[in-house]
Amino acid sequence: MAEETMTLRVTRYRPERGPDSYLDEFDVPYREDMVVLDALNHIKDDIDGSLTYRWSCRMGVCGSCGMMVNGMPRLTCSTYLREFHPEPVVIEPLESFPVIRDLVVDMTDFLEKLREVKPWVIREREDAVEEGEYLQTPEEVDRYKQFSMCINCMLCYSACPVYAQDPEFLGPAAIALASRYNLDSRDQGRSERDEVLGVDTGIWDCTFVGECSVVCPKDVDPAAAIQRTKVSTTTRGMLAAVWPHRGRR
Amino acid sequence: METIEHDIVIVGGGAAGLRAAIAAAEVSPQLSIALVSKVYPMRSHTVSAEGGAGAAVGGDDSLDLHAFDTIRGSDYLADQDAVEVFVAESPGEIVQLEHWGCPWSREPDGTIAVRAFGGMSVNRTVFAADKTGFHLLHTLFQTSLKYERIVRHDEFFVTSLLVEDGRCAGVAAIDLLDSEVRCITAKAVILCTGGCGRIFSFTTNAAINTGDGMALAYRAGVPLEDMEFVQYHPTGLPGTGILMTEASRGEGGYLVNNEGRRFLEDYIPSKMELGPRDILSRAIIQEIEKGHAFQGPYGEYVHLDVRHLGERTIDTKLPFVRELVRDFVGIDPVHEPIPVRPVVHYMMGGVDTDLVGRTRLPGLYAAGEAACVSINGANRLGSNSLSECLVFGARVGRKAAEDALDAQPVPGNPVARLAESEQERLVGSYLEKDGGRERIAAIRRDLQAALEKGAGVFRTEESLRDAVMAVRALRERYRAISLDDRGRAFNTELVAALELDNMLDVAETIVTSGLVRRESRGSHTRRDHAVREDDRFLKHSLAFATTDGPRIEYSDVTITRWPPAERKY
Repeated sequence: MAEETMTLRVTRYRPERGPDSYLDEFDVPYREDMVVLDALNHIKDDIDGSLTYRWSCRMGVCGSCGMMVNGMPRLTCSTYLREFHPEPVVIEPLESFPVIRDLVVDMTDFLEKLREVKPWVIREREDAVEEGEYLQTPEEVDRYKQFSMCINCMLCYSACPVYAQDPEFLGPAAIALASRYNLDSRDQGRSERDEVLGVDTGIWDCTFVGECSVVCPKDVDPAAAIQRTKVSTTTRGMLAAVWPHRGRR
Repeated sequence: METIEHDIVIVGGGAAGLRAAIAAAEVSPQLSIALVSKVYPMRSHTVSAEGGAGAAVGGDDSLDLHAFDTIRGSDYLADQDAVEVFVAESPGEIVQLEHWGCPWSREPDGTIAVRAFGGMSVNRTVFAADKTGFHLLHTLFQTSLKYERIVRHDEFFVTSLLVEDGRCAGVAAIDLLDSEVRCITAKAVILCTGGCGRIFSFTTNAAINTGDGMALAYRAGVPLEDMEFVQYHPTGLPGTGILMTEASRGEGGYLVNNEGRRFLEDYIPSKMELGPRDILSRAIIQEIEKGHAFQGPYGEYVHLDVRHLGERTIDTKLPFVRELVRDFVGIDPVHEPIPVRPVVHYMMGGVDTDLVGRTRLPGLYAAGEAACVSINGANRLGSNSLSECLVFGARVGRKAAEDALDAQPVPGNPVARLAESEQERLVGSYLEKDGGRERIAAIRRDLQAALEKGAGVFRTEESLRDAVMAVRALRERYRAISLDDRGRAFNTELVAALELDNMLDVAETIVTSGLVRRESRGSHTRRDHAVREDDRFLKHSLAFATTDGPRIEYSDVTITRWPPAERKY
């Protein structure tokens, strides 16, 4: 019996060869338990070693292998070909990012935004290690846990219609991570982060389309983080105006 | 050529590298610290660690007990002075990570919780559900962003160490964006590049685990220590090799054969599923040989059964196991047992270092899985590796910072010339090379198959000798490789070729060290030499690079308070 195959149409772009990209077509052997990344690896290993993409853990946690799969931002290590078989599947670089080569996008913008929101514990006074751990009950962990699950895969930026229009927008993952620290009982840095979140390109840019939460492979729900921050920023702003010593936690 | 000057260069951005960077930054604000990594730091393989980090923090625990468990687990090959430092400093590192925001799982009273793990006599594994490595890595990475003097060179691949006048004075690294070599100078270079599981075909390791730092040090004349000791984790998913954390047994899961029996009662009845990894992996292979295993499309396997733990425990303690099994096997472990088989997981061996991470080459340091201090000896206990990255990452970062403050400036011109000749080598041997028709992937696959066959859970003189010959033949074939990709922008095929070069060197040290260790100790099990022989082999092996392949020497094991004894459970 002839081996079953499947067709992949893959974006190729080489900056040395001019500004245009095109779709290249490859037929790969098909098995029901193959993921999109397996097919890309087959192409690179056995057909065309110049196909360029990022990957590493192949278990959905390193966040490297996000691409557009038939128009949706997906982790290619966790997206099965059987979802599309026998139809061809189209693989393109994540939308809304500059492309470096083929399926590799430039994510330096995110790295800068991540640093801007100060994703570390801020305290007025840091205890010495010898003083032991800060106590935190399981319930207190649960308050921020969901927002700590972000793997920085960039699918949410790719899905976000606001980021597509306005690259200044802080974006879903960075805001979710700011919320992760704001909600952590050990942290006292909310007011510092609010200076970054409260501007026009912070939370207020978000029009609450919610696509970020739809595409998130880790159920982080950045849209909820943004909505929460809008509510709490407004409330605390109002409280601060009428009652200056409240509103800070 | 562009020269980039720093005081300290750290190669690798996983747990050990990031911990070293922060420790160095805290020594002095005057130091410029470079973090050079072939991937963005949060992609590092630490991210895949699941079960937890070992530290004697529980009320029923003691440093001596943690030390003894570690030494017994190592089959008495660990250096006991290193183990004593390790157990003493692990609890502080756990608290330090807590202060930096790591979401450790907690007891109801708010203290840090601990769970059971293999080979540990009490509960001492600190955890963040079953995504401990992920949380630890992101906590370290995000905390590192606080320090402006930590300068990242993301997606730079280090191709060689720059050694001038008997001193490591920096690294040559290509920026993936343009494939041009940069000369990065430093007074101290720290290798934190992790392991090399990718030289085997069936491994839990990520694509990036190609032994880069081990090969860099080896070629610079630094020996690789105890490379024959390869840890097979008992429970990987057939096919993909994805890790099913030991925490699934720590929380009470069973290993069951095709008769429905918890077969470990025949092998290690006192510990059962909480036995050390080497013993459990051997037991599973023996069950397979006895015909007690299930047959599947990706080989024979046994069952890891967590159903009796119930959905609630699985969702709070093992959510990632459930997610992975659903996504990659297509079953729900709440209702069905998980197929598992032993899988290459971790290298006990690595770059020979002292207790502060110094190698024999002045200016060169190492920590984490890339290094061999050695606390793991012939078999590492689960959850000791994350703590090792923290303890020895911090130690090496502080030491390198102190040394860099005292060191003379790097002689710029001679070092830059070394980097220039590295650029010429990459162009001549790869990017503009004529002729050759070997594909990288073909050689890599054959290498992986040779290691899997020759240096598995059970080994013999013949299997190891065949593997040595196979690796040498592959080294010959490597000379005839040809790249499809001659472009300069983000040339991942060039990186893959350089990684394969590293894998070949490291593989040769593994099989050669294994061939000459004619005894069985920890993970190194010889069917033809079934017992441990302390008279001849209570020694560390040291593999030195020569033009004819590795030369193996031996060095003494440091024994402090625990005289070698029969390893009994």
